[in-house]
Amino acid sequence: MNLSVLMPVFALMTSLLASVVLFALPEKGHRLRTIINLAAAILKIALVGVMIWGVAQGCKYEAAFTMLPGVEFVLRADALSMLFAGLSALLWLLTTIYAVGYLEDSPNRSRFFGFFSLCVASTMGIALAGNLFTFFLFYEMLTLSTYPLVVHRGTTKALRAGRNYIIYTLTGGAVLLFAIAWLHGLVGDLRFQEGGYFSDIAPSMRGPLAIIFVLMMVGLGVKAALVPFHGWLPQAMVAPAPVSALLHAVAVVKAGAFGIIRVVFEIYGLEAAKDMGLLAGLSVVAAFTIIYGSTRALYQVDLKRRLAFSTVSQVSYIVLGLCLLGPVGVAGGLVHLVHQGIMKITLFFCAGNYAETLGVHRIDELDGAGKRMPGTSVAFTLGAFGMIGAPPLAGFITKWTMGSGALAVGMDWVVAVLVISSLLNAAYFLPILHRLWFAEQCEPWPHERRWGRLETSAWLLWPPLITAALMLVAGLIANLPFSPLSWAELIVAREVAL
Amino acid sequence: MTLWLMAGLLFTPLAWAVLTLLLDFSKGRVVTWLGILVQVLVSLGLWAAVASDGEFLYLLGGWQAPMGIELRVDGLAVTFVLLTALVAAACGWHASIYLDPDKPWNRYFWPLFWFLWAGLNAVWLGGDLFNVYVGLELISLAAVGLVALGGQADALRAAIRYLMAALLGSLAYLLGVALIYGQFGTLSLAGVTDLVSNGGAQSNLTFPLILMLLGLALKTALFPMHGWLPPAHGIAKSPVSALLSALVVKASFYIAARLWLDLGGDLGGYALAQLIGVLGSLAVIWGSWLAFRQAKLKQVVAYSSVAQIGYLFLLFPLTWGVTDAISQQAQQGITLQVVSHALAKAAMFLAAGNLIMSVGSNRVDALAGVSRFLPFSLFSFGLAGVSLMGLPPTGGFAAKWLLLQASLASGQWWWLGVLLAGGLLSAAYVFRVYRASFIEATDTDQFYHPSRSLEVIPMILALLSLGLGLVAEPVLSVMSLPFEGAGS
Repeated sequence: MNLSVLMPVFALMTSLLASVVLFALPEKGHRLRTIINLAAAILKIALVGVMIWGVAQGCKYEAAFTMLPGVEFVLRADALSMLFAGLSALLWLLTTIYAVGYLEDSPNRSRFFGFFSLCVASTMGIALAGNLFTFFLFYEMLTLSTYPLVVHRGTTKALRAGRNYIIYTLTGGAVLLFAIAWLHGLVGDLRFQEGGYFSDIAPSMRGPLAIIFVLMMVGLGVKAALVPFHGWLPQAMVAPAPVSALLHAVAVVKAGAFGIIRVVFEIYGLEAAKDMGLLAGLSVVAAFTIIYGSTRALYQVDLKRRLAFSTVSQVSYIVLGLCLLGPVGVAGGLVHLVHQGIMKITLFFCAGNYAETLGVHRIDELDGAGKRMPGTSVAFTLGAFGMIGAPPLAGFITKWTMGSGALAVGMDWVVAVLVISSLLNAAYFLPILHRLWFAEQCEPWPHERRWGRLETSAWLLWPPLITAALMLVAGLIANLPFSPLSWAELIVAREVAL
Repeated sequence: MTLWLMAGLLFTPLAWAVLTLLLDFSKGRVVTWLGILVQVLVSLGLWAAVASDGEFLYLLGGWQAPMGIELRVDGLAVTFVLLTALVAAACGWHASIYLDPDKPWNRYFWPLFWFLWAGLNAVWLGGDLFNVYVGLELISLAAVGLVALGGQADALRAAIRYLMAALLGSLAYLLGVALIYGQFGTLSLAGVTDLVSNGGAQSNLTFPLILMLLGLALKTALFPMHGWLPPAHGIAKSPVSALLSALVVKASFYIAARLWLDLGGDLGGYALAQLIGVLGSLAVIWGSWLAFRQAKLKQVVAYSSVAQIGYLFLLFPLTWGVTDAISQQAQQGITLQVVSHALAKAAMFLAAGNLIMSVGSNRVDALAGVSRFLPFSLFSFGLAGVSLMGLPPTGGFAAKWLLLQASLASGQWWWLGVLLAGGLLSAAYVFRVYRASFIEATDTDQFYHPSRSLEVIPMILALLSLGLGLVAEPVLSVMSLPFEGAGS
């Protein structure tokens, strides 16, 4: 047992053990719970940081044992897993801080933080999974651990959302299991491998492999909220704000998108998937989802619901990026995994702040909120501009990279999709910004709470400010080493020799 | 050494049954704790012995076949012996706290409990058809007694119904045994297998086989002969329900599986195998649907047993006319399903007992508020549910994975649909319970808090069922140790 074996195990265990301890803590032990939460989150960031450094130097971290005859359980840190693990470790810390403030004085905190940590452990497992079997293991664990978070409030609406969430995700999981089992029956246990396996596959295998690919995309597309499997996502926004933030930025939708990346890159291989004509179909679905999500977002009056449809649209950028078949475009898709996470979590934090501090849920109640809550509103504005793709924010980097990648391989229609989507983004975000900053408050806030000098509790204010700053930094330093973009380019350099 | 362990497994429970018959509840409880400790240690010892030395055959009292009592142990048998020890220990421990010592009839729990355990071990270790029958009868009678223990009219009615089904099943089985004996003059399973595969059969033996399977299927509550199970398992006391669902129905299935694996290849047929598989699938679908429709919590769990037992019968089509590798995979999958269902279902019944005790009502919709008041028991229930749904990393998932692979490899892809749909349907009834418990209630003041030990026991079982998926490989490697000395 050397360190390279233990590192991924430790990274997983930090949140898994934290979850067990949090469940065991008495409901009243608030201070101790917060300390454990934060300590585990910081420890995890440190572990992931070390692994990122190591992977950049070319180290290998891998732990494996045989679980069933012919099936291995593999945890492994490679460049791609670090992209996701880094994002999830960082945002876990911020979301935990936020959740501590958000759930102050509310019941069932022991249960909430227990499942919250379990959810993060699943995300870490998804990032570190070294083969499809292990991936599936954590993918289903994620479904189960998020259910109690979605229904946390126990209201009829929350329970209905939870039921739909479970129906969608478990059915998707069953389809995915079918595909994985079939693939396993055909070719055996495949570890994720850079460049994939099927570049010179026999023509007779192409038919089944194509069907398996479609099934996998359906199974993963449910979590990634590809249209028409997105129905659960807008409903799930009844969950408490930190849960929505985590669901939309890191955990569930990203797990789906990350799975799609793994399957396309490291099972099929980009070249093989293209040759079988599988990516063309996927790109059309992704492009449709982008436009559809943005269009639906336009018509929502509830702030969180608008953000939810925006997520439907934004996550598909990642999928569309994969289909661009050129190193630049693919890097654009990959980097959006991180960028979308930071931007969307900012927006959800802010939406939560408006709801908690002012009692505002609907967009037309936001008039003049910029004056009352300047910090939150600045963060929200940055997030919105990032989503629209204004330079020099993170979203701009994504769209620029993807656009130039698309042009380089002659897929001009993708640029059109990007432009239309940006216009739609502007159309549904700018009115909110107008209300925040330029409209006068005409009615009293529905449900105002005061926290002394600050506009809201410090626990709630700092996380969105930090993520907004990160978004700015990610855009500004995009060309320096260890920025999300350079990391994505490192992955692409290792993954594909296009 | 192995011999002494095997004899210990059979005779200690019998001795303890007689002993506890003479004692009142509290003294019987102390004696039982001691007996449980002995049994668990002996079972572990036998498991270790088989894991290191392989299978073992013993002719009791030196009598030779065809008439003697034949004991045999292989990897499969010892896996079940150990499983029985774990589950029975948990249920016995739970019952010793759960049952009310002041009720006069509860003192009979202990002798019945020990007779049941003796019968189970006799079935796992029996090597000839008649002694297995004796074990089976002992189990049935003890189980019926346990169901009737409550004494209310409902319990008696369910017990009588159970008794009828069990006797009818035994009768069919015994008839088949008699026909086989008339043909070969031996009752040793190994001997019969030898004669059949050497072409020693004079007439068609498919009929006795079908008769025996039919009787055993009735005792295992295979669809559409499942009607007796839910009332009996639903009305019994929670530790009793746990024993019945986890172990008792598995005994008759175990015999059916042994018969099929030894004789089915020669005497069975494709149509018979497929028919049994289809009945199993219908049990999965119909049982899950009925579980979803039940208003009472323990009925949900009982119907879930009907569904989960249905999976077991996929053994028949998946081992008939396939290569050894596929058959092996299917057997491993089914064994894992038996073990993980036993652990999970026992955990679920015990946890359900705690929840019912806490809210004072058997109804699912009375569970509102329980997630705040009794999270630990609910969590045990939930973990057990994860295993029943067949989601990773539980033993239920490992079983499902192996069965999926066996179905694919044998080209019988239609079972895939059953396995996947069954998982979703079980999610439907398990999540219905979660959902009810997540509703916030205001009157949790009236709730009663069960003692800490009652809460810990189902959690241990649920964690075992969960961990089984992670350590499936070593468990399977012992379970697959073949019985090579058969017939020699």
